[in-house]
Amino acid sequence: MTDSATHAVDKLIRMANQIAVAFAAQPRDEAITGVADHIKAFWTPKMRRDIGAHLAEGGQRLEPLAKAALERLQ
Amino acid sequence: MALIKEIDTGTPIRLADRIVTLVIDGERVSVPAGTSVMAAAMTMGTKIPKLCATDSLEAFGSCRLCLVEIEGRRGTPASCTTPAEDGMIVHTQNERLAKLRRGVMELYISDHPLDCLTCPANGDCELQDMAGAVGLRDVRYGYKGANHLDAGKDESNPYFTFDESKCIVCSRCVRACEETQGTFALTIQGRGFNSKVSPGGLDFLSSECVSCGACVQACPTATLSEKTIIEHGQPDHSVVTTCAYCGVGCSFKAEMQGERVVNMEPYKAGGANEGHSCVKGRFAWGYATAKDRITKPMIRAKITDPWREVSWDEAFAYAASEFKRIQSTHGREGVGAITSSRCTNEEVFVIQKLVRMGFGNNNVDTCARVCHSPTGYGLSKTFGTSAGTQDFKSVEESDVILVIGANPTDAHPVFASRMKKRLRQGARLIVVDPRKIDLVKSAHVRADYHLPLMPGTNVAIVNALSHVIVTEGLAKEDYIRERCDWDDFQVWARFIAEEKHSPEAVEQFTGVPAADVRAAARLYATGGKAAIYYGLGVTEHSQGSTTVMAMANLAMVTGNIGQRGMGVNPLRGQNNVQGACDMGSFPHEFSGYRHVSDDSTRDTFESLWGVALDKTPGMRIPNMLDEAQFGSFKGLYVQGEDIAQSDPDTHHVTAGLAAMECVIVQDLFLNETAKYAHVFFPGASFLEKDGTFTNAERRINRVRKVMTPMAGLADWEATLGFARALGVDMHYAHPSEIMDEIAALTPTFRNVSYKKLDEMGSVQWPCNDAAPEGTPIMHVDRFVRGKGKFMLTEFTPTDERTGPRFPLLLTTGRILSQYNVGAQTRRTSNSVWHEEDVLEIHPFDAESRGIRDGDLVALASRAGEVSLKARISERMQPGVVYTTFHHPNSGANVVTTDNSDWATNCPEYKVTAVQARRTNHWSDWQEQDRETAISMRRIAHEAADAAE
Repeated sequence: MTDSATHAVDKLIRMANQIAVAFAAQPRDEAITGVADHIKAFWTPKMRRDIGAHLAEGGQRLEPLAKAALERLQ
Repeated sequence: MALIKEIDTGTPIRLADRIVTLVIDGERVSVPAGTSVMAAAMTMGTKIPKLCATDSLEAFGSCRLCLVEIEGRRGTPASCTTPAEDGMIVHTQNERLAKLRRGVMELYISDHPLDCLTCPANGDCELQDMAGAVGLRDVRYGYKGANHLDAGKDESNPYFTFDESKCIVCSRCVRACEETQGTFALTIQGRGFNSKVSPGGLDFLSSECVSCGACVQACPTATLSEKTIIEHGQPDHSVVTTCAYCGVGCSFKAEMQGERVVNMEPYKAGGANEGHSCVKGRFAWGYATAKDRITKPMIRAKITDPWREVSWDEAFAYAASEFKRIQSTHGREGVGAITSSRCTNEEVFVIQKLVRMGFGNNNVDTCARVCHSPTGYGLSKTFGTSAGTQDFKSVEESDVILVIGANPTDAHPVFASRMKKRLRQGARLIVVDPRKIDLVKSAHVRADYHLPLMPGTNVAIVNALSHVIVTEGLAKEDYIRERCDWDDFQVWARFIAEEKHSPEAVEQFTGVPAADVRAAARLYATGGKAAIYYGLGVTEHSQGSTTVMAMANLAMVTGNIGQRGMGVNPLRGQNNVQGACDMGSFPHEFSGYRHVSDDSTRDTFESLWGVALDKTPGMRIPNMLDEAQFGSFKGLYVQGEDIAQSDPDTHHVTAGLAAMECVIVQDLFLNETAKYAHVFFPGASFLEKDGTFTNAERRINRVRKVMTPMAGLADWEATLGFARALGVDMHYAHPSEIMDEIAALTPTFRNVSYKKLDEMGSVQWPCNDAAPEGTPIMHVDRFVRGKGKFMLTEFTPTDERTGPRFPLLLTTGRILSQYNVGAQTRRTSNSVWHEEDVLEIHPFDAESRGIRDGDLVALASRAGEVSLKARISERMQPGVVYTTFHHPNSGANVVTTDNSDWATNCPEYKVTAVQARRTNHWSDWQEQDRETAISMRRIAHEAADAAE
């Protein structure tokens, strides 16, 4: 992955983790749905593809909630 | 077109259930109880002579010109101070009254310059009118006695003069400053013959005067006169239009001589301002004809090239060819646009239409991204729609006002005057703000509670207020059961009752004493009708959307939504932020806040526009900038926004812009963003086009053209020209046709038309078959989403942390005399009040750094560094510094970071960890900016001349 691609994915990971934290107070399943719906509603297809690539590589830097939501969106 | 002269009833017409009927000069007239005899007479067209009375002010009874006879009463009472009563028989004219009035006028005129023919108020002078009305033919006292004719002029204010020799000491100006504006800058100094109007013993410029113009408007003579009227003379016609500054959306009469504006007079029938104004709308309109307006389209291949002036057609063709090339090279998603909150609804609508229909993607965003996008998200989740809930006027019925993260006296001054009036009547006030803003303590206003929280802790404070309400049994259960989702409420109530949300638990990081939070919560819950007003101090945080939802929770749990005097109200920053959002400027939704993935909504647009539309969200502004640098976004059309100055982390913004292959800027001036542009479409000011603005209370106001566009085209026409060059079929003969299309496609605008706006003056959406006359108060019987939804609003500290390197927190904002990036106000005399941005710092922080008032200070953050002069101020709390972003070379946004709201990516302007230290030089960025300010704005005039 190039530096620029890494930078872009870093930002997406940060965004996804922020969203996950915002929904963390909800019961887990509702929270996963909330995060997934939010990303679906506001992210471009390319953003979802880019973070999907990170997820495919293990998604290690994703919060568990963010990871679960992104897995649901795949 | 004629000069609009509004009716002045002398004293206000009261609102009352009880009607009284009296007889005036033999005619029966009925008025609401409490209305004066003078106003009652005026309702039947009888003008009782007057000088000290005007209907924007309470009766004063000093001039003794409005005397009348009332049968059964002794003497000749003043009609302005005498309430109309049932059965009263009033005579306004007879020999006795005429003699008395002539006597009064003789006294006035005996001490007044007789220079009517050369007086600036000639033709618009109430003293002159009254001399005529009472038949004054002689002054028995002569003119040689003691007088004030040699009294000097105060010309210190850039916009108006005070000529004391013409003053009749009627106190209208003093009362306007008190009652209308609420500043109390003027007084009557001295007694008897020595009485004179004085701005506190100083000149106007040095005084506390805020130059709102209320005194000038109230003055019945030429004592207080606009300098433009003095220079040019009286207007020959006027046109009602809407101010292009803040989100209050004041109505003005543009008073004209031909196509030249000579005065902007606030319009009494304007629903948002009811005849009041501020220094920006009233006086700071000279930018519209500033000498550095760009009036010819320009293009250049590279941003290092000089600009080349071209015809509109060449500019359209070049821009279109570049956008087509970019899309063929980088794909359909390679281009996008940013709409402007300063432009009209119609202009915004055609740009988002161009993007969706012409570019074939949803890459459209708007400057609301960086201000009130969290409002859209938060209020839509909780209430079901993305807008404030009550009209400005209904603050008159509020008992408790909670101001959080807003500074209305600076940023929304006309609404602040309404609010202060209500506070002087006894409404209680809670201010939540890191700084001691003026509302905390100013003339006749003092907050009951000021909660001076540390920046970044809004959610914790609002949660703590709700915690107190829930745990102390102050929740309005009946309201919640009827109006809100009960199950959600129960979950939320358990959440908010947790000890971690208590005022005592959060005090350690909010810095606000728990006792004050508890007391403020009790006042909000039990003090009567409570209204929340908030600004960018709420939204521009990493948890901006969460705070909006927390405030909605607070309002719902206390039943403070759905009636006059209560609500949750964003104070919008720019004139048409609300409208730009309403018009479908966000990349995920069409006009009326409907998601692009909604098939039935998309079907209606596709049917009317005749093209298939993308059903996936497009890029937000930060995504566009990232993709420019790291991906394939290479073409941007920017309408009336200066992202290189206004958006955070300037290095990131300019790097993104510099990476693009074609940036089109449409603006009045070669702004900071234009330094990175390849095509310049010269913009049209609000005076040069027809359209509508929608203000913070959802009021759709007409903008009316009063002069020919200096560049030949209104902005919407330029967009259509660009669309045509791209081969996109968009035809409108007039903006009214664009509004007709908006109405056809947007349920909340279904009954809006120019005809309706002309008839009603303005209308607040939703305006449709269910609410044909509009909707001043929302969520009256039910929330738009059905049941109000309580949201769990966990407090999460921002990633931006102070530490040894950056121990202070910087927060930013704006001030009264300047406006946002300053493109407009910096080109007016308003700069006399704010020549440069400064860093406000608490005396403790200054002393520990050896910083003195006026020192140049290096302000550094993790993102960058700039130098500013220091202003030591106890408005700040220790540990917090503040600056504005009105001047480009100050570079406030060089320092701010790319942290943003989790839901909307609204930047976290309000929390930046910084260090301040004395310095003796400007920062590298500032030095470079000074150089590029010239080198990147060169225009090759010679080449253009040769071409012609």
